[in-house]
Amino acid sequence: MVEFSLPPGSDPVVGKTFKAPSGAKNVKAFKIYRYDPDSGNNPQIDTFEIDLDDCGPMILDALIKIKNEVDATLTFRRSCREGICGSCAMNIDGTNTLACLKPIAEVKGDCHIYPLPHMPVIKDLVPDLNLPYAQLRSIEPWMQADTPAPANQERLQSIEEREKLDGLWECILCFSCQTSCPSYWWNADKYLGPAVLLQAYRWIADSRDEATGKRLDYLDDPFKVYRCHTIMNCTNTCPKGLNPGKAIAEIKKLQFERQ
Amino acid sequence: MTTGNRPLSPHMKIYKFPMNGLMSGAHRVTGVLLSAGTLFFAYWLIAAAYGPESYATAQAFFGSWFGQIVMLGYTFCMYYHLVNGVRHLRWDMVTGLEKQDLIASGRVGIAVTAILTVATWIIGYSV
Repeated sequence: MVEFSLPPGSDPVVGKTFKAPSGAKNVKAFKIYRYDPDSGNNPQIDTFEIDLDDCGPMILDALIKIKNEVDATLTFRRSCREGICGSCAMNIDGTNTLACLKPIAEVKGDCHIYPLPHMPVIKDLVPDLNLPYAQLRSIEPWMQADTPAPANQERLQSIEEREKLDGLWECILCFSCQTSCPSYWWNADKYLGPAVLLQAYRWIADSRDEATGKRLDYLDDPFKVYRCHTIMNCTNTCPKGLNPGKAIAEIKKLQFERQ
Repeated sequence: MTTGNRPLSPHMKIYKFPMNGLMSGAHRVTGVLLSAGTLFFAYWLIAAAYGPESYATAQAFFGSWFGQIVMLGYTFCMYYHLVNGVRHLRWDMVTGLEKQDLIASGRVGIAVTAILTVATWIIGYSV
């Protein structure tokens, strides 16, 4: 359901300010969403002034610096710091992306950092991603085939068949696209969302998979795919440069062609 | 989205919508306005069917500054919705969905909408 305002208890209030060390010349303010589940208070926006001359180049470097040197309670997910694990997806400067791939220099003025939009917040920048994971399980993201595999050999693909998976297999499931989509914001309980649909198409497009009909049957209802209105926030925000919106359009086209 | 006792993270107020997202919202808004504008169109037709006096009243309303603004808005909404609808038809054929294509077709769409709206009013006033 469309609800532009946040439910009671979700509106962030102004929080604490942590000043830059004296003598810092290259200061940038990071305004970061904080939520402490133990306090019972509304979320708040804390301001951290950071000396960029003493900080790594990426947003994740600034977050780690804050956690190490300013406020150890700042909570966020991160692991690989090179855009392959998908853990540090968050809303930076109004757009969903990976903190490790986003240079601080690309953000003009104060840097606003929020958790992925329209998700339940566990703590600070950590959203509850159980729903998209459950949706991913529902599309059965593994290869399914009745035909036995050839003896002593893999299931082979031609170069052309393999090329159809390019732009699909690279997805790291960071859910930046999923949570950028207004249709997903309003209908997350019924609409699968761009990340899950890109995964669904990844298996539909795989020449080795024999469950295409079953997969399309599962997706054939008014909500799972068709809540996509080609807003294309997904494609515009994907930190890996993939195109979930196009994958969804391919699914719609296949549904139409088999009518 | 049920969040239990957890807060819901901010969305509308903090998200910087890219051009295509804004144009998608405008498509929805112009669609709603077109429905509302159809009431004015229906009023004009009914007034014409009712007789010369009521038709003169309707003509006076549409000739007033408010009526002219309504009609200008209706013309713009109709062309915007039409032109953006053509973009949707292309997308349904899985073409023009790359990021740079979205910006290009969006710019063309806005330009065509402006040209058609202005041209319609120039023709309307010159006949």
